[in-house]
Amino acid sequence: MKDSSKTTRHTLSVLVENTAGVLSQVSRLFSRKGYNIESLAVGTTDDPKVSRITIEVLADGQSTKQIMNQLRKLFTVYSVQELLPERSIRRELVMFKVRAETADVRNEVIQIANIFRCSIIDVSIKSLTLALIGDEAKAGAMEKLLEAFGILELVRTGMVALERGAYTISDDNKEKTEFNLGKSVL
Amino acid sequence: MRMKSPQILMECLLEQGVDTVFGYPGGTILNIYDEFELHGYKDKIRHILTSHEQGSSHAADGYARSTGKVGVCFATSGPGATNLTTGIATAYYDSSPVVFITVNVGESLIGKDSFQEVDITGITMPITKCNFLVRRAEDLADVVREAFAIARSGRPGPVLIDILKNVTYDEADYEYLPVELHHTSGRLAELLRRSSHDLKTPEPDFSDIDKLLAMIEQAEKPLVLVGGGVIRSKGAVPEFRKFFEKLGAPVASTIMGGGACPGSHPLFTGMIGMHGSHASNYAVDACDLLIAIGCRFSDRVATDPNTFARNAKIVQIDIDRAEIDKNVKTDHHIIGDARRVLELINRSLPAHDYPEWKEWVFSHKEVPLKKDNILHAHEVLESIQAAAPGAIVATDVGQHQMWAAQYYHFDRPGQLITSGGFGTMGFGLGAAMGAKAGNPDQTVFLCTGDGCFRMNCHELSTAEHYGLNVIILIFNNHTLGMVRQWQHLIYGERYSQTDLDRGPDFVKLAEAYGVRGARCASQAELDAILKEAVPSGQTWVIDCAIDKDAMVHPMVPGGAPSDQFLLD
Repeated sequence: MKDSSKTTRHTLSVLVENTAGVLSQVSRLFSRKGYNIESLAVGTTDDPKVSRITIEVLADGQSTKQIMNQLRKLFTVYSVQELLPERSIRRELVMFKVRAETADVRNEVIQIANIFRCSIIDVSIKSLTLALIGDEAKAGAMEKLLEAFGILELVRTGMVALERGAYTISDDNKEKTEFNLGKSVL
Repeated sequence: MRMKSPQILMECLLEQGVDTVFGYPGGTILNIYDEFELHGYKDKIRHILTSHEQGSSHAADGYARSTGKVGVCFATSGPGATNLTTGIATAYYDSSPVVFITVNVGESLIGKDSFQEVDITGITMPITKCNFLVRRAEDLADVVREAFAIARSGRPGPVLIDILKNVTYDEADYEYLPVELHHTSGRLAELLRRSSHDLKTPEPDFSDIDKLLAMIEQAEKPLVLVGGGVIRSKGAVPEFRKFFEKLGAPVASTIMGGGACPGSHPLFTGMIGMHGSHASNYAVDACDLLIAIGCRFSDRVATDPNTFARNAKIVQIDIDRAEIDKNVKTDHHIIGDARRVLELINRSLPAHDYPEWKEWVFSHKEVPLKKDNILHAHEVLESIQAAAPGAIVATDVGQHQMWAAQYYHFDRPGQLITSGGFGTMGFGLGAAMGAKAGNPDQTVFLCTGDGCFRMNCHELSTAEHYGLNVIILIFNNHTLGMVRQWQHLIYGERYSQTDLDRGPDFVKLAEAYGVRGARCASQAELDAILKEAVPSGQTWVIDCAIDKDAMVHPMVPGGAPSDQFLLD
């Protein structure tokens, strides 16, 4: 059913009520369409009752739009926004645990870490753990370099993103008003 | 006032004006059921015990559809709850407001695969408008109030409340609050306060309405398509009638829109889609403006979404923004409650007439109906319409459902009770009983097939016990007729597993359940039975022998453009 040639990366930001079950409600709309979520990051916002979910998915534009519409219908979802690459900033944190059993190797890894402005957050006789913040290009470059030493473990937080400038996800627009009309409870 | 949770629940139901609950007891929900006896709530709320939870779920749905009120259904945990799921999905697909209340095992047993434990809020997530798990007695009243508000407002739909058993032993404070003030307290007030949510019914966008009015002035061949949204929107039907009569354009209907435009109205072209009339399907193909109100262009309506209304500007009026451009690309939309949108349009809409267009549309006639010595489906529908005009007609799913939608002239909302979206076989008897419970003074017919009826015929005992009298017409062709029709047309007449060459004897079955049974093979015989059955105040099972090879005409196959009839 899915034409992979038409799929592109879409970054969605979703403001939700911070309650049990919200994440599965949101994620099931992607799995229902057969899409695998590439990256997902969740955390509370400045209001502890509200969480923000950032989802990255490889999908076609029409399906993404439809999933966004289905998301907006949920009572636990307050706002949904697609963050276009040219108008947003995206970052993730990646931790690399690298094999480093000699002083030479450790020095070399530390040098690379400095060049990438990433911090060393754990050290042992046999390993170094690095934390890098960036987008996938930076993380990819780092990964390639560290492969030579042997990556023991790698973990990503998932991409988080915000729109550039003063606009926010909570700003009102006609579409949002239209969706809220359907959620009227009076 | 301090009260135990079961009493709080009952008081909350009374706040909502609930007079009837359909359900089935069990281990975890015992405390709730005990409340009917303990504080005598059985005198204020009538509980109807069905034979199976599925029957309860359809009955609550049928009650909601026929009365416009919120239906209520109780079930216990585990299998009790999962038996509701078909009913919940049926209500969800047809936007029927039902509140389902289940009780799960206690907090200490949750997540341990305990006896009759199931994650019903997880299971029903995709088929409810919203669902709740109540973990504290203090939350119960708030949750019930919010659940009812959500079920009935906006685009209505089912809501499930799952209560942990330990909560049903606990006490909390409860103060009576009339429904009009529910938005001032608790969770509803919180919802309203939230800045990103404007939950007060906002007005449709006036400029969107002006744009539609301008589009109407440009149109020469407009068509109105009405769906279930106009049925669900309170008070929309009179506004709708004013609208299409002023516009003077032909009106087609989806199955869920049945009753919005009187079936005998000179502007009515009949049902649209796969088994829609020639007039409706040719009109949608040829029109230059399609005004669709409260319909979602399902695959049974827009058999080929890419060519649907290919010559028209499509305007969609709906309360659910997520329906816009979902199945068919539109040129304009108006978001709002159908009644309010139509009211605003009617204020500024000048009278129009399209004599040539109407003449062309209505020149497409159906093939003449058969009249000979055997019983035909259309004759059954003619007979029941004549025997009790204005009756409620519930259906199951399949050929008989299409025939009922085609040949019965529905005149008002809530008159046709059918599972349009989900297509649930076995829906009919429960739904018809629910409709009778909500409308005791009206005659209720159930059109069903021999396949559908066998699925849930055990509810005959419920109908008999509570006097929920339904006149049941089994369109008995000894086969799963609709599937057979596809096998005949598309599968080389290989009738795989569709012959129902077996019992039961429906007349004897009726007698076993203590209701009346009769059999007929001609319209004259049927008329004679109906003459006795309609005024009898009893449930009747009328086994109507119809031809095994009868097909639903016309037919546009799935994937084909609206005007490409496979069967005329």
